[in-house]
Amino acid sequence: MDPLQLLDLDGRLRGPAPISLEEERRLFAAMVTARAYDHKASAMQRQGRLATYAQFEGQEAAQVGSAAALRPDDWMVATYRDAAAMWMQGYPWVALFLGRMGDERGGSPPPGVNVLPPSITVGAHMIHAVGLGWAERLRGTDRVAITYFGDGATSEGDFHEAMNFAGVYRTPTVFVCQNNGWAISMSRERQTAAATIAQKADAYGMPGILVDGNDLLAVYSATRDAVARARRGEGATLIEAITHRMGAHTTADDAGRYRDDETLQDWRRRDPVDRVRRHLQEAGSWSQEWEDEVTAAAAADIEAAVAAAEGLAPFGPGAAFDRVFARPTPDLETQRAALLRDGGGPE
Amino acid sequence: MNLAHALNDALAVALDGDDRVVLLGEDIGLAGGVFRVTDGLLERFGSGRVIDTPVAESGIVGAAFGMAVAGLRPVAEIQFLGFSYPAYDQIVSHVGRIRNRSNHRFTAPMVIRIPYGGGIGAAEHHSESSEAMYAHTPGIKVVAPATPAAAKGLLLAAIEDPDPVIFLEPIRAYRATKEEVPAGRYTIPIGVAAVVRAGTDVTLVAYGAMLRDALRAAGVLEADGISAEVIDLRTLSPLDAATIVTSAEKTGRVVAISEGHRTAGIAAEVAAVVQESALYSLLAPVQRVTGWDTVVPLKRTERDHIPSVDRIAAAARRTLED
Repeated sequence: MDPLQLLDLDGRLRGPAPISLEEERRLFAAMVTARAYDHKASAMQRQGRLATYAQFEGQEAAQVGSAAALRPDDWMVATYRDAAAMWMQGYPWVALFLGRMGDERGGSPPPGVNVLPPSITVGAHMIHAVGLGWAERLRGTDRVAITYFGDGATSEGDFHEAMNFAGVYRTPTVFVCQNNGWAISMSRERQTAAATIAQKADAYGMPGILVDGNDLLAVYSATRDAVARARRGEGATLIEAITHRMGAHTTADDAGRYRDDETLQDWRRRDPVDRVRRHLQEAGSWSQEWEDEVTAAAAADIEAAVAAAEGLAPFGPGAAFDRVFARPTPDLETQRAALLRDGGGPE
Repeated sequence: MNLAHALNDALAVALDGDDRVVLLGEDIGLAGGVFRVTDGLLERFGSGRVIDTPVAESGIVGAAFGMAVAGLRPVAEIQFLGFSYPAYDQIVSHVGRIRNRSNHRFTAPMVIRIPYGGGIGAAEHHSESSEAMYAHTPGIKVVAPATPAAAKGLLLAAIEDPDPVIFLEPIRAYRATKEEVPAGRYTIPIGVAAVVRAGTDVTLVAYGAMLRDALRAAGVLEADGISAEVIDLRTLSPLDAATIVTSAEKTGRVVAISEGHRTAGIAAEVAAVVQESALYSLLAPVQRVTGWDTVVPLKRTERDHIPSVDRIAAAARRTLED
């Protein structure tokens, strides 16, 4: 099974474009902005301004292309490496920065943005998208739920339970596996003996689509079809977007210990941003001046988000007691009083 | 009405009164649940409200979590407490944390009903009393009713609660006793214990199926001229410390009873509460009567594990020795 590809490595169209050039320019700008966030967050971690950060460079098309196929009120359940997809669905950069700074307000997007805070544990979150979509159907809406996960997560038992429930109940769920080649240090080949992850969909009675994850237009097209299918009440789809994690697993990881430079160079030639730029150039819809504007606007957006996040005062001591239940229990109040009386732990 | 029927009544009242309530679990529809607690509900409310699921505890709880976040009020059933461990990660890592990790933006108002405890000679893994594991988990309330009328009111309160509740149903109390259960909708507050028998010499603190044995022990003690007060905890987390402490201050003697394992268990928590707040009223050390720190024995020796009326009465007498 060859992955669906609409833009070849040189940015030439291999079939009808699923979106207008104007929309493609908008999504190109989104990818540039997402990469600016990724670079900024990595740099801030090095400066000690963010906690451990999971880079997504190389996966911009897989995230931006898929999220672009959603309606603003659709649900999204994603992971720590999916900031670009979450931002596309309305999750603000400032919240993403706050989350990485270690502030629970980073888990709280504005009302109307139906994006859960990123899952940190691997695998357990996929079934949440099944429940969310299922609830929407029971309530009579046509909202769908999309969930993002990596190749490693498909080894978790919860992947099976999520896919099985979605298959049995035909829930309006879109499963997007970003097969980025690596689960920390474990290569995709050692993760599963199956030839593809997409083929696993067969076992659950749903379509499995293999797509070039570094091809913005192919990812968009595949996700648009899966979303439409879910919205029509025809059930779930598994999309395997083949991409590559250009960075390490996180800022705490050293990919040089397990990945050779040749692999990295090969994937650099498939860069998702470069590919769309080539297509826009060929179509006469690109100029250096325009890209400079896009880059400058992205940098300004990201800097503004950093300033807003860093400008927000931390919670006062004992605020965690307010977040356990709707109202703190008497014992939680006693515990808070003890904290305020005796003080906190190590600085 | 027995406890199982009272719970069935509560679920029917909830399904009838609130379109957001859905039930899901293994064999809860066509079969009516392994203990028949959901009997007849599929026929009455349909397969969109009473959902038979594949055998997948993590999936059941995870799907219910998604439903709750989306605005439904799911009531999931796990067949036995010993089968809840595949769902433990969902409960601890997601259900109990979403309010915190989203700073109240998303919540999971859901109930996980789980039959628990031994005494019916069931197979291995079917007699667990590991409720302390869940009481130890932030963001989760743990309720364990003992009697039919309280069970109905507590379950309706759990379904209404804005936060997730693990609702533990004492297996051997399902059909052990009957009492008058008020018709229709009523709630009994979560986090509030009940003094079910007044006394002056010693306080017996129990919950779930152990309440009946605590009351029997109180009867035995009464024959010896010992007046025992009996508290039904009803909620294990948050624990109603005030009711425990008030009684301890009155009697000066406390026996904490739990079928669960002894170490870091509910009885240990009761003892800690008493020594923190009522130490100078105590006339004797707090006694714990619990299941042991062993794997729950199978049918032939199960009775060695579950606290007996004799063990409870003996512990109470020890608090009265000079």
